[in-house]
Amino acid sequence: MLRVRRFEERCVELYSAARIRGFMHLYIGEEAVAVGVNEALTDADAVVSTYREHGHALARGVPAEAIMAEMFGKVTGCSRGRGGSMHLFDAGRRFYGGNAIVGGGIPLAAGLALADRMTGRNRVTCCFFGDGAFAEGEFHETANLAALWELPLLLVCENNLYAMGTALARHQAQTDLALRAAGYGMVSWAVDGMDVFAVEDAARRAAEGIRAGTGPHFLEMHTYRFRAHSMYDPDRYRDKAEIEHWKERDPVEGLARRLRDAKELSDKARTALEDRLSAEIDGAVEAAEQAPDEPVEDLLKYVTSPVGVSRP
Amino acid sequence: MTATHTRTTDPAASSDRKTTYREAMREALREALRTDERVFLMGEDVGRYGGCFGVSLGLLEEFGPERIRDAPLSESAFVGAGIGAALAGMRPIVEIMTVNFSLLALDQILNNAATLLHMSGGQLPVPIVIRMTTGAGRQLAAQHSHSLEGWYAHIPGLRVLAPATLTDARYMLAPALADPDPVLIFEHGSLYNVSGDLPADTGPVDIDHAAVRRPGTDVSLITYGGSLPKALAAADDLANDGISAEVVDLRTLRPLDDTTIGDSVARTHRAVVIDEGWRTGSLAAEISARVTEQHFYDLDAPVGRVCSAEVPMPYARRLEEAALPQVDGIVAAARRAVGGPVPTGADAAERQAVTGRAG
Ligand SMILES: Cc1ncc(C[n+]2csc(CCOP(=O)(O)OP(=O)(O)O)c2C)c(N)n1
Repeated sequence: MLRVRRFEERCVELYSAARIRGFMHLYIGEEAVAVGVNEALTDADAVVSTYREHGHALARGVPAEAIMAEMFGKVTGCSRGRGGSMHLFDAGRRFYGGNAIVGGGIPLAAGLALADRMTGRNRVTCCFFGDGAFAEGEFHETANLAALWELPLLLVCENNLYAMGTALARHQAQTDLALRAAGYGMVSWAVDGMDVFAVEDAARRAAEGIRAGTGPHFLEMHTYRFRAHSMYDPDRYRDKAEIEHWKERDPVEGLARRLRDAKELSDKARTALEDRLSAEIDGAVEAAEQAPDEPVEDLLKYVTSPVGVSRP
Repeated sequence: MTATHTRTTDPAASSDRKTTYREAMREALREALRTDERVFLMGEDVGRYGGCFGVSLGLLEEFGPERIRDAPLSESAFVGAGIGAALAGMRPIVEIMTVNFSLLALDQILNNAATLLHMSGGQLPVPIVIRMTTGAGRQLAAQHSHSLEGWYAHIPGLRVLAPATLTDARYMLAPALADPDPVLIFEHGSLYNVSGDLPADTGPVDIDHAAVRRPGTDVSLITYGGSLPKALAAADDLANDGISAEVVDLRTLRPLDDTTIGDSVARTHRAVVIDEGWRTGSLAAEISARVTEQHFYDLDAPVGRVCSAEVPMPYARRLEEAALPQVDGIVAAARRAVGGPVPTGADAAERQAVTGRAG
């Protein structure tokens, strides 16, 4: 969690210095969701994500260096400079993006799950998306399809109370999203998304249920983003008091406090951890800066597969 | 972009025999399902109903509901699910009833299928085949009759096929499945009942190249899909008047085979493009532009175009016929290109298609 937080704080600095560009959406405040859910998944499982995916990618094990290089548009980036912040991919880690169309990854996740189901592989596909995406047809079409076909799909809705600047009650007729998902015949429940243990526990139970063959599960994570929607957003639609109220429940500091109280994380160990992460991120930035640019001659690469390639 | 593939032999296809376009498609599906267990067919009414156009009739009994998968009315979800399944190693064939409904899945086709390979820096090819019908001619009015394959041919990352003959209907699917990237197959609704002799197993169709369906020396009629029979009929008419028309079947709308088109134009020095799409911003416009860019000095006349009138497809038979490219209009355009006399009735038909103004 701390890695995700520190990584993104560095991204803010780099963005402000115009070293990285594009749309960039920060996950700060929501880290417990990505980390807790990924704890419950195995390497064989798959993850489908959104444009707010730095946290999901890091929690999935995509190296900070590969993500940072992607933000710099370098050839060493995890999408070879074609994707940027919103389109991180790592096929080897079964991390399938990185999708900047709200709701666009949800049907895709159902397809990954369908393939597992058809071939008898006991794997889970986890799909992250926001409360805004819950209004899209793609969510509802997919929920019906996944429940109908009993797909091994874990739908994780990150309800951070806003779709850009539109508050939940202004974009959903019924704001109890878990209740609505349950209407599709899925096991659904709401979770305190600021508590990494609660998230992990819920995700583990859901993943177990899915592996046992009980079809898709839906988790509504109650969470909050401390920052604006994106780097372009002046954040005029939220009360400062509301933000401060949620910050009291900061998942990273909350965890640190609990670990300290349980005497599992001394001040010294915390400092050492911070130093290690700081060095890791420094290294990632430095490597990204040094890495070669993707040559412009390669512009048309990866539009279609290379000549002669066929899937055996 | 070349698709490689293994030659498949079908004992039933060892000699010429009578079949229909629909049956040829079905045979292609059956072969694909038999030879590769990763292949499955998914779409609305493909199973119990037998396919909206009867193409998949009987496949459910043969392959079962897991592989002949009836999907809910959710174009976006089941096309997206096909894309996800392709990413996870399956070889889905997704059927969308008609191109009109594919617009509900356009997000998945364009923003996912066509872009994932590129956005992932080459990590995620999407080996999916999406089939759908296209075209007018059956009085189904605007929402069931449009020809939007040209829109899809606009999109980098997709391969767009339009089988126009029995052989292509039968042997295009295998190379489409062997292609590592997304392939869209457009089947013109008026072709399903076309019957004829299917030549003995010709092996997979070469989906990188257009085909010259009829050689000629005076004018190139460049077309594809449902307009091919019309272009061939026009060539017959023209032959009666001593005009030798070459008919080029594009077969693959993306990537376009510039070489075959160009070689034909270099031979005939005149070209007419026939495309059931609307003229404005059409595939015909693209072909015309390319011919002009690449073969301007070979041309003895401006490139002609015969397209659909610029109107949502009407229901009434007379209006629908007037809106679509017809043999008369093609003949008139070809005559105009070769500088011959144009009969008055045909002239009106062609003018209408060209200007997009009825009356
Ligand atoms: C289909 C689509 N419509 C609109 C947008 C613009 N957009 C980007 S993010 C966003 C809000 C989405 O909110 P939510 O799903 O709650 O996710 P969050 O940003 O809160 O993580 C919108 C409207 C988009 N990217 N895609």
